[in-house]
Amino acid sequence: MFDSELFLEALPVLLKAFVEVTLVVTVLGSLLAAVLGLVWAIALRELPAAIGRPLRWVLDFIRMTPLPVHLLVVYYAFTQISPKTVGILVIGIHYSTYMAESYRSGIDSIRSGQWEAATALSLPRSRTWRAVILPQAIRNTLPSLGNWAIAMFKDTPFLIFISVPEMVTAARVFGGRNFSYIEAMTVAGLLFLLASYPTAVLMQKLEKKLAY
Amino acid sequence: MPTDSTPTTEAATSTDPAPRIEFEDVEKKFGKTTVLKDLNFTIGRGERVTLIGPSGSGKTTILRLLMTLEDLTDGYIWVDGDPLTHDRRDGKRVELKPKQIAQVRKRIGMVFQQFNLFPNMSVLDNITEAPIHVLGQSKDEAKENALTLLDRVGLRNRADAHPTQLSGGQQQRVAIARALAMDPEILLLDEVTSALDPELVGDVLGVLEDVAETTDITMLIVTHEMQFARDVSQRVMMFDGGQIVEEAPPEEMFTRPKNERTQKFLEAII
Amino acid sequence: MSEFFTDLGTALPRLVEEGLRDTLLSFLGGAVLMVLVAVLLGLATHQGPIWLRGISRAIVEFFRGTSLVVQLFFLFYALPTLTGVDLGSMWTAILALGLNYGAYGAEVVRGSLAAVPKGQWETATALSMPWATKIRRIIWPQAWALMLPGFNNLLVMLVKGTAVVGLVLLNDLTFESEQVRREVGTWPAFLAALIIYFLIALVVSGVLRVLERRAQRRLGLGDFGSQKERRTDDETDDAAPAHAGVA
Repeated sequence: MFDSELFLEALPVLLKAFVEVTLVVTVLGSLLAAVLGLVWAIALRELPAAIGRPLRWVLDFIRMTPLPVHLLVVYYAFTQISPKTVGILVIGIHYSTYMAESYRSGIDSIRSGQWEAATALSLPRSRTWRAVILPQAIRNTLPSLGNWAIAMFKDTPFLIFISVPEMVTAARVFGGRNFSYIEAMTVAGLLFLLASYPTAVLMQKLEKKLAY
Repeated sequence: MPTDSTPTTEAATSTDPAPRIEFEDVEKKFGKTTVLKDLNFTIGRGERVTLIGPSGSGKTTILRLLMTLEDLTDGYIWVDGDPLTHDRRDGKRVELKPKQIAQVRKRIGMVFQQFNLFPNMSVLDNITEAPIHVLGQSKDEAKENALTLLDRVGLRNRADAHPTQLSGGQQQRVAIARALAMDPEILLLDEVTSALDPELVGDVLGVLEDVAETTDITMLIVTHEMQFARDVSQRVMMFDGGQIVEEAPPEEMFTRPKNERTQKFLEAII
Repeated sequence: MSEFFTDLGTALPRLVEEGLRDTLLSFLGGAVLMVLVAVLLGLATHQGPIWLRGISRAIVEFFRGTSLVVQLFFLFYALPTLTGVDLGSMWTAILALGLNYGAYGAEVVRGSLAAVPKGQWETATALSMPWATKIRRIIWPQAWALMLPGFNNLLVMLVKGTAVVGLVLLNDLTFESEQVRREVGTWPAFLAALIIYFLIALVVSGVLRVLERRAQRRLGLGDFGSQKERRTDDETDDAAPAHAGVA
C-alpha cells in the first residue's frame, strides 16, 4: 500500500521544488511583506484621513479576501510578469496587510511618554520614528512577523492556482505519473512539518526572550 | 441554616472519638521548597481556630490542603476520622479516588480573599448553583435557602443584581452566603477581608461573627484582624516556617505570648 | 468604464447562482467541524490526563504544521487508496477545512480556558462541583467570551480558506470566477468574486461580534457594571446588615 521505494524516489523531486520555489517565494515574500507592512503601518498613522482611510479600506479588503483569487487576477491581468514573480508579489502584498496590523500594535504598545520625550527634545518627526519609535516597535513585533512568515510558508501551495511548480504541485504531478499519491503527499506533509514546527518553536523562544 | 449537622456544640469536642480535623505528619512541598513539615494538630467539633504567622509560614497552604486545592506531598488529613485525600491501608499510604475525595470534601466550604463570585451568574444563582447541581436540591428549595441566607448577610434586596454591580464588601458577603448554602461542617476563611477597603471590613466580619454565634460550624480562619480573631476563635495557632511555634486561647496569646517569634510577629502587626 | 460595470453586473449574479452554493456549504460544514474539533482538542490539551494532553498536542501540531492544501490532497487522493473510503469532494473539503482550522481553534480554546482566573476554578472545587458541572456551568461561559475574538479571526480565515475547494473539483466561487472570466474579462470576473467573499467575511465577522458583545454583557462587562452604578450601591446598601460595625 505504502511504497517506500516510491517514497524515496519522490523525496529528491520534492526537495528540489521545495528549495527552488517554496523557499524562494517564502523568503522573498516575507521580506516584501515585512517592508510593505511597515510602510502601511507608518502611512496609516502619518497620512491625513482623506488618504489614510481609503488606504485602510483597501488593506482590509485584501486581508479579508482569499489569496487564490488575488493570485488569479494578477496572473491573468499582467501576463508579461512570470508566474513565480506574480506569486512572490501577491503573497508578499497579501501578508503585508497582516504584518501592518502587527506593526501597528507594536507601535501602539510604545508608551506616549516616548513621543512626548522626543517632542520635548525637539526631535524632528522622521528622526523620532527612526531613532526612538521603530527600534522599540520592531523588537516587539518580530515574533509576530515570524509567525506570519510561517503562515505564508504554509500558504505557498496556493501557487498551484497559477501553475507555479512548487512542492505540492510537484507532489500531485509525481503522484499522477506513478498512480499513487500517498508517498508524494506524505513527503510534502513531512517537509512542511519539519520546516515549520521548529521555526514556530524558535519564534516562541524569541518571544519569551524579547519580552521585557 | 446549617445548625443541625452536629448534635451539640463545643461540649462534643471532649467526648467524641474522632476530631473534626486531624493533620497527621503532613508534609507539603512546592517543587524543592518545603512549606509544611511533620505537621500534626487536631481541631475539635465546632471549634473555631485562627491561624496567624508571617507570610510564607504555610497557614494558607493548610486551608488549601483541606479544600483539596493543593496535593498533599506526604502524611494524612482526616475529617471526622475519614481520610480526605489519602488513606492508610495495611500501613501503606494510598491515594483515594476522585469520587471518594468528593464525598468528604462536601463537608467543607471555603471563602476566598478575592471573593471569586461567578461573573456569569446573578447573586442568587451564585448561591443556588452548587446546592442544585451538587446537592441535588430542587430549584425552589435552593432559592428559598439562598434568600434566607441573603437576608442574613443583609443583601436580600440585591438577589437579582450582577456581581460586578456590588461593592467588594457586598461581594464577600455573597461569597459567605454561597459557602453556607452548602451546609458545611467546616468553613475555611482565607484572609477574607484583605482585599477590602477598610470601611467595608466591618460588615463582613459582622456577618462572620453572627455565623460563629448562631451555628456550630467548625472554622479555620487565616486573618490579620486580631480583634476578630479574639472575638470569634477559641484557639490561636502561631505558624512559622511550616511549624506551629505556639498555640493558646486568644486572650493569652495576644496578651502574654510566650514564644519570642510570636512576640515579634504580634508587635509588628498590632 | 461603464463597460466594466456592465461586465461586473453580469459576473456578480452568475457567480452567486453558480459558485455561491459550494462555497457556503464548505464554509458552513467546515465551521461546524472546526468548532467541534477546537472544543474537543482544546479541552483535551488543557484538561486531559497527561497522556491525552500529549496525543492531542501532537494532533494539533500536526494539522497546524502541514499545509491545508497538502491535507486536502491527502484526503482526496491518498485516503481512498489507503482505506477504500471515498468521501466525495464536498466531505473531503469540509473535513480538511474543519481539521486544519480546528487545530488552530484548539489553541484558542486552550488559551481561553487558561485565561479564566484561577480563583474561579478553585471556587468551583470548593463548592464540590464535579468536573463536568464545573466546566459547563462555571468555566465555559467565561471562557466562551474570551474565545469569541479568536474564533472571529479563524472564521474569516476559513471563509478565505474555502477558495481551495475548487482543487478537489467543487464548483465554488473561485472556480466559477475563472469560468466567467472568459466571457467578461479578468477584472470584472475576479473583482465580483472578491466582493462576494468580502461580504461573506463581513457578515460572519459581524455575527461573531454580536455574540461577543452578548457574552460580555452576561459577564457584567461593558456598560453593565459601570463605576457610577457601583458607587451608589455602596452608599445605599452597606449599612444594611444587622450585625454591621464590629471592628
